[in-house]
Amino acid sequence: MSLVARHLEENGIPTVIIGAARDIVEHCGVSRFVFVDFPLGSPCGEPFDSDMQSGIVAQALNLLETAAAPRTTVTIPHLWSKGEDWKKTVFTPDQPFLSQDQVKNWEARKQRYRDQKERS
Amino acid sequence: MEHVLYMQRIRDYYLSQGYEKPYVWAHYEDVPFTPLKKPLSESTVTLFSTSDVSVRREDDDALSAAETTVGEVYSLPWDTPLESLYSRQESFDRYATSLDDIDSYLPLTRMREFAEAGRIGAVTRNFHNINRGYSQKLMIETSAPAALAKCREEGADVAVLTPV
Repeated sequence: MSLVARHLEENGIPTVIIGAARDIVEHCGVSRFVFVDFPLGSPCGEPFDSDMQSGIVAQALNLLETAAAPRTTVTIPHLWSKGEDWKKTVFTPDQPFLSQDQVKNWEARKQRYRDQKERS
Repeated sequence: MEHVLYMQRIRDYYLSQGYEKPYVWAHYEDVPFTPLKKPLSESTVTLFSTSDVSVRREDDDALSAAETTVGEVYSLPWDTPLESLYSRQESFDRYATSLDDIDSYLPLTRMREFAEAGRIGAVTRNFHNINRGYSQKLMIETSAPAALAKCREEGADVAVLTPV
């Protein structure tokens, strides 16, 4: 996603990313980033909390106006309501990120890409 | 608690799962930057996500090629009723959250509310999905130009991107 944002910026479209994987986005380098320190899957706020979602999207709109230089990151003030224990367990062997069926889908997706490359 | 250092965590995780070749994340020193060209209240905003959202369909209706081709960018009308949309994305923290509320990762309603309030000028006719691939070359050579073409087709002045 960061690579797409960079291409849009290079071609005159201002962008803002709203996302959770701060180290990955900043390692790539993007113009504007709203860092949402939430579990992967909820970058725009907790499910069914429309007030929080509005607040987060508002931060992204504000950042479009206020950022004066690339690599501008703002961190939302909201906290994940169920605490932060998810940070200890995400991507650990005790808690497989994908189920066995999902791993098969992931492998199938990689194979589809290899097939696409061969056809092109 | 400090934020998760995903690059290290993911590297360690996949090594533990028997994958030997660690993923190398994209990295650049220079970062392009385009300032807003006009006030947001006069700007048309578009939305890209990697949530793999599709319209619900009968079991025997296959997904379109655009929805399943890795690297492709596909579009759906912004005014599609939310209850008919669902996410096919499986790469998220399924222990901590869900993808049951579209607006928590693809803020269609929230953005429309900001348009109705005059905070932004308008939203584009469609929103867009990027079929994420793990090849940076594919993202740079295929997905990124396709996303730019979507912006131009729909007169988007600004893009909001929400990676899941």
